[in-house]
Amino acid sequence: MSETALRPAVARYCLGLGDDALVLAQRLCEWAAGAPAIEEDIALMNIALDLIGQARSFLSHAGELEGAGRTEDDLAFGRDERDFLNVQIVELANGDFGTTMARQLLFSAYQYQLYSALSSSADEQITAIAAKAVKEVAYHREHAASWVLRLGDGTEESHARMAAGLEVVWPFAGELFEPLEPLEPLEPLDSDDSDGTRHSLGAGSVVNELFTTTCAPRQDSDTGRSAGRSDDSGPVGLLDARIIADPASLYRPWLGYVQSVLTEATLEVPSTTWSPGGGRRGLHTEGFGYLLAEMQHLHRSYPGVTW
Amino acid sequence: MPAPPESDGGAEGVGREAGLRDAPLPQVPLPQVPLPEVPLPEVPLHEWPLWEVFVRPRRGLSHTHSGSLHAPDAKLALQNARDLYTRRQEGVSIWVVRSTDITASTADQKNSFFDPAGDKVYRHPTFYEIPDGVEHL
Amino acid sequence: MTAQVSPDLDAEFDALIAADQRIEPRDWMPEAYRATLVRQIAQHAHSEIIGMQPEGNWLTRAPSLLRKAILIAKVQDEAGHGLYLYGAAETLGVSKDDLLDLLHAGRQRYSSIFNYPTLTWADVGAIGWLVDGAAIMNQIPLTRCSYGPYARAMVRICKEESFHQRQGFELLLTLTRGTDVQRAMAQDAVNRWWWPSLMMFGPPDSDSPHSGQSMAWGIKRVSNDELRQRFVDICVPQSEALGLELPDPDLRWNEERGHYEYGEIDWSEFKRVLAGDGPCNRQRLAKRVAANREGRWVRDAANAYAAKHDRSLNSKEADRAGAA
Repeated sequence: MSETALRPAVARYCLGLGDDALVLAQRLCEWAAGAPAIEEDIALMNIALDLIGQARSFLSHAGELEGAGRTEDDLAFGRDERDFLNVQIVELANGDFGTTMARQLLFSAYQYQLYSALSSSADEQITAIAAKAVKEVAYHREHAASWVLRLGDGTEESHARMAAGLEVVWPFAGELFEPLEPLEPLEPLDSDDSDGTRHSLGAGSVVNELFTTTCAPRQDSDTGRSAGRSDDSGPVGLLDARIIADPASLYRPWLGYVQSVLTEATLEVPSTTWSPGGGRRGLHTEGFGYLLAEMQHLHRSYPGVTW
Repeated sequence: MPAPPESDGGAEGVGREAGLRDAPLPQVPLPQVPLPEVPLPEVPLHEWPLWEVFVRPRRGLSHTHSGSLHAPDAKLALQNARDLYTRRQEGVSIWVVRSTDITASTADQKNSFFDPAGDKVYRHPTFYEIPDGVEHL
Repeated sequence: MTAQVSPDLDAEFDALIAADQRIEPRDWMPEAYRATLVRQIAQHAHSEIIGMQPEGNWLTRAPSLLRKAILIAKVQDEAGHGLYLYGAAETLGVSKDDLLDLLHAGRQRYSSIFNYPTLTWADVGAIGWLVDGAAIMNQIPLTRCSYGPYARAMVRICKEESFHQRQGFELLLTLTRGTDVQRAMAQDAVNRWWWPSLMMFGPPDSDSPHSGQSMAWGIKRVSNDELRQRFVDICVPQSEALGLELPDPDLRWNEERGHYEYGEIDWSEFKRVLAGDGPCNRQRLAKRVAANREGRWVRDAANAYAAKHDRSLNSKEADRAGAA
């Protein structure tokens, strides 16, 4: 599969990663001047700043690959909700500091595995972005873990709040490790396609295992391999070309790290069978529209001007 | 619209859309309503201990005192120090020390504690006259 | 506090001041000197912290990713500056938490300029150009303040602050080079922020009770009016470069004096805002108080964890961090 043919898929992939970083930075900005300690204001702004940098890099690269002249700002401020490809976990409301740190732990730990893997991507630009970003998110992850520890193993109140925060965000972690979307639009949902190609989203054993911790992994007739394997311009093509990281491969090291933090923090891994998702397909939570409205309003009010 | 799955183990793809319909309303932030009266703080703040921060900005240089900060423990002190004192350059190394662990000479001792080296000028290179033309001294 | 002050200590202190030397934390100092510094440094620190709010107001709405990044960095710097200054104040024997208590109780002040609202994106530029510009004007002489820790904090802050002013100016320049709407937005912001910025330098010298003693002690190096005049002289040509008018019909160059004449400042507005009746006083303080109150469980948790765990467990964290 030629490099040119893969470009749309790589562009779409970079959009997703850029959107992840952008949306989470946006949420963290809401903490400004409101963090539990001034020192923490600085720390959260530091994370937000790093994420904006990552967003700019990935969105710029996506725009270049797309080849339609869209800049990082065109992409950030000009797309509607259905065209944003971020995972849902990053758009969750901040809640209290416990919820924010739970979100940060799960997501930064994922980014750490992701960027480690992408540091040897066949796409040079992705490699460069990842090599820098992996150092940043190593720090974000460490920071979040420090707080999860202190809140989990602090006071009774902090333990309760930390556990509650974890309950809120945990179900959204599954989406991080889902196989990637095929490029073609999905067939109608009432299709009687029975080979499981579309339904393999989430039916893969990885995701089930995540959410049925007390049950044995599902024995599923589906392959658990990424959807769209019949089309090499899709995610499988990107995997074969060693451009992207297979999300499923990130799961075990992620879980290992997260579990060790939670155990030390005297917190339980939540058990849930609810696995929301759809972000990578442009399906978001109700709060997302408000987030975008706030973020995009000024830019959209005066199209075409320079700020 | 597809029917919601009968069982938990139903096709996750369909369940996902149903899951989104069931998604709880996210916490939409309410507009800031300013308080009519400035409230007095209910309880006093809890103090985090004070730490002194020393940073070696580059290889070849010593650690120098950058300032102080508050943190509950050494780990967070180090993280806070990195955010507070090395935002603009990669400090090569940071030390944090509890302020209470520092022993300092006192202002009273200033005169006696430090050798009034004014009378030992032979310790300084300028004391010695070297004839012109002698190199490497 | 001992009743008898040794005349030697007093003389030594005076000699250091006269020789333009720095007073350091463990040195003896007159109680009034210490109290003045605590008040001034604390107010400065509180200003930085409260100052995060008007600009923080635009973080989520910045109209480009670059501008967003710049603003995040700026707000982050302000928090950092606040912490440097609390650190300097603490060398004088107060705790940061006590100072914050006083702020929250309305018993210590912060610069009134932050009691004005940031109504448009252009306000972010106006704050950078005018408010940070005025702050720098105040701060540079303070790098030579007689009290060592304060002077050193000011050196660090001034280094970081210069980007703040430039980004504000450049933001406004982008607007004035843009569309009519953008130009009007910039002019409107400057119309609202100019006079409050002039008030940042404090009341006229004739009306300034603390100034004399502060000057004698080397805490204050240049008078309010002189700083204000310098500021106006610098801003006028800058406003011309921006293509913006300063909202003062009495502004004119005085060839004889070599300075710009400017109009009468409405000191009654200054006093009103200082007394708590500015547009945002209640809101600014309420947000700060709420952050402190809502964060209490977090700070308590950190203390509880520290009390439970000793160094051996801190190293366990380090092991995991290293292994991962």
